[in-house]
Amino acid sequence: MAALDQTQVKEGVDQETVDAVREVGTYKYGWETEIEMEYAPKGVNPDIVRLISQKNEEPGWMTDWRLAAFERWTQMKEPKWAMVHYPAIDFQNQYYYARPKSMETKPKSLDEVDPKLLATYEKLGIPLKEQMILAGVEGAENAPAEGRKVAVDAVFDSVSVGTTFQDELKKHGVIFCSISEAIREHPELVKKYLGSVVPVSDNFYATLNSAVFSDGSFVYVPPGVRCPMELSTYFRINAENTGQFERTLIIADKGSYVSYLEGCTAPQRDTAQLHAAVVEIIVEEDAEVKYSTVQNWFPGDENGKGGIYNFVTKRADCRGDRSKVMWTQVETGSAVTWKYPSCILRGDDSQGEFYSIAITNNYQQADTGTKMVHLGKNTKSRIVSKGISAGKAQNTYRGLVSMHPKAKNSRNYTQCDSLLIGDKCGAHTVPYIEVRNNSSRCEHEATTSKVDDDQLFYCRQRGMDEEEAVALVVNGFCKDVLQALPMEFAMEAQQLVAISLEGSVG
Amino acid sequence: MALPEVKQSATEARLASLSLPTAGCTRDAREAALARLREMGLPNRRDEYWKYTRPDTLVQPEAPKAALFTADEPMMFDGIDRLKIVFIDGVFSPEASDDLSLEGVQIERLEDICCKDIHWAKELYGVLEAGGQQPVARPLAALNTAFASDGVAIHVTGKPSKPISLIYNHDSESSDAFLHHVIRVENEAEVTILENGPAASRFNKCMEIDIADGGILHHVRAQGRDHERRAATHMFARLGAESVYKSFTLTVNGVLTRNEQVVELTGDDAVAHVAGACVGDGDFHHDDTVFITHDAVNCESRQVFKKVLRNGATGVFQGKILVKEGAQKTDGYQISQSLLLDEDSQFLAKPELEIYADDVACSHGSTSGAIDETALFYLCSRGVPKKDATNMLTLAFLAEAVDEIENKALAEDIVSRLEGWLKRRS
Repeated sequence: MAALDQTQVKEGVDQETVDAVREVGTYKYGWETEIEMEYAPKGVNPDIVRLISQKNEEPGWMTDWRLAAFERWTQMKEPKWAMVHYPAIDFQNQYYYARPKSMETKPKSLDEVDPKLLATYEKLGIPLKEQMILAGVEGAENAPAEGRKVAVDAVFDSVSVGTTFQDELKKHGVIFCSISEAIREHPELVKKYLGSVVPVSDNFYATLNSAVFSDGSFVYVPPGVRCPMELSTYFRINAENTGQFERTLIIADKGSYVSYLEGCTAPQRDTAQLHAAVVEIIVEEDAEVKYSTVQNWFPGDENGKGGIYNFVTKRADCRGDRSKVMWTQVETGSAVTWKYPSCILRGDDSQGEFYSIAITNNYQQADTGTKMVHLGKNTKSRIVSKGISAGKAQNTYRGLVSMHPKAKNSRNYTQCDSLLIGDKCGAHTVPYIEVRNNSSRCEHEATTSKVDDDQLFYCRQRGMDEEEAVALVVNGFCKDVLQALPMEFAMEAQQLVAISLEGSVG
Repeated sequence: MALPEVKQSATEARLASLSLPTAGCTRDAREAALARLREMGLPNRRDEYWKYTRPDTLVQPEAPKAALFTADEPMMFDGIDRLKIVFIDGVFSPEASDDLSLEGVQIERLEDICCKDIHWAKELYGVLEAGGQQPVARPLAALNTAFASDGVAIHVTGKPSKPISLIYNHDSESSDAFLHHVIRVENEAEVTILENGPAASRFNKCMEIDIADGGILHHVRAQGRDHERRAATHMFARLGAESVYKSFTLTVNGVLTRNEQVVELTGDDAVAHVAGACVGDGDFHHDDTVFITHDAVNCESRQVFKKVLRNGATGVFQGKILVKEGAQKTDGYQISQSLLLDEDSQFLAKPELEIYADDVACSHGSTSGAIDETALFYLCSRGVPKKDATNMLTLAFLAEAVDEIENKALAEDIVSRLEGWLKRRS
């Protein structure tokens, strides 16, 4: 972090912000668990695809689905349009499947899981015990006894280690398990929804994921059920030269509600590793899904060596009327990020929200943003994106707001702010705005006038200036989400709240 | 990377009917441009930079026919004292033009320069265009550099007493015209350049402008009249220290217009304002593509674009501010707004920022929507008929762009043109 210490910070940039960014730059999860692993042979080909399918004990239709995806992938080209640069990835020189030897026979309950694995998660601050509250989360000690329960699905390299609170969730009809289990136990749901939001041939990395995804999480919330606890998945890459390809499928049936959290870390290594995930969310009539991510993959060292290449496709489909989805992301890790959590607002009166804080330091590169596709009438979307760039990092917001001719009376508000700390980094904004009817209003602005008026008014009334008030409102929102994260590094993420909007570039 | 075959064959098909003019001192530049063009190929609909505008008709070998505008409407800038240089379907007309001598400025035809081996224009012709091909390719400009046989070279050494007015008349239904102008404004010199007229059925124009330290150039352009015309224009400007470049474009009518402006601020304290207003109806398609590069300290740039669209018209804005490393104290502003007067019109925008310096103030905004019902109601409640009220609000919406014109008489001419257009269509 020497680079940042010497940086001349321009006037107007808050010292607290600089300190917060500096703090984020020290990676605490770079250690490795020594555990005996079992690998599939290096490289990817139809045999590997079959092998992964076989290891997961999948039915024939799933194997065929994967093979079709692989066939498609061989005809696709790697996308080059993002503002990120990295050496060519050799897709044949890495492992696509790695699992701890001790997971060979699937443990029946958490008690049977290898203690080494449990210790790994313990050390990460995610004890895989069915306990009420988790260590290290601010405010946890004051939580009522009924407290915040959080069900965790822990994914270690290519396999799910265990899922907590499954029985209690079952009582409410909620299905929360690893995707490999869902393929075996609930094939009708998986068949119906898998690939319906992110089609197999969507993009290069999503297609690769469709062929080789090894595990991930599956959530189904039945009609009218408010999920009694937060659900979360923790992804850990441990093995060297291994790509992680997980698949998450969340279905919120009519009138249901679920809040889902995702976290990820990886050991510190000199060689870059690939992570290509796909997340699909289906939101039916009157349902609501909140999806929050704290992405903290290893970002590479100060000289840009190593780190995770994070190429992720995330999309939510608001199929029903009055459905709602909210993406919140805190992106601090990864050497290269390529990620655009999107909302397809198909149902009338549906809503999509995207709140993002992306911090890049040293040689990190982030190209991230969202797509809001308005198809239904009276649909609303809001985008608030903050990019912070330090060291020699490049931070890009790339987004699309599209109002289709039939999306009458729709509304979008977009605000993207970037902050540069030092004169060797870059901040870029690449928004696409497509308005195809006139009753919709679309605003893309750096001015700060459209954050919740009531809250803003309250703050102004108490003597804050506009900028302070907006910062408080935006950060206050983040704080809510960050505090809810059941992971120790939520603490770290909370520091980001100190980051101010002052001196930012719109 | 080798050119995809589709692109290569389309490019060769276009080149087949063209031949390089006698070149003289521009020969090297033309040959280099042709080589450049063959390397990048002409644009097609799959190019990201042409995402919102289909280049097919601009690229195809034959120019599509465009009916001539016959209504008896006075030409733009008629009431203004100016030096007229007239081109008919892309060919200079000595009869229709004024005498080209004017104090403080030297004007020559491109054709005459091409007979000479040594000329100041050699330092400029195709040079700014070549520089403007990075980081985004502009193949139609390279095509122009290679094949333009007419145009003018304007060397401004003082402060000419009246504006220089380039008039592009259209006389043949299937004309396909290229024009290439080079303008050099010397230290502390100042000039106003006017452009107007439908030009041709298909018009490809390129203008290279070099403004030395302290120089000032005002540019006011009106594109319009013939509805079926197509145009692709490029303006490349390079600004020295403390120089000023102010450009305004009014566009009415035209099934396809693509105006690219590439401005590079290379000297400290330079100022560049690029503005545009357009009003479109029906199959009108208008594309403003602007790329401003800040490569010096304490420069200011402004982009103000307003579009009024109705009956299915399409407006496109692609704007970019690039602040290079070290271009501290940059003040960059960009606004693109559209007023959609009915359900069928559309506005497609891509307002970009790319910033590599930390002590800068850059902002951009883009909005789109219908006319403000509350304001309309207010005016109607005061007894203004709804049609007039709509026109008033539309003009008010366009005002921010028109205000960028410093010369009052020119601004009034533009406003009266807009009023006329709105009245005829309401």
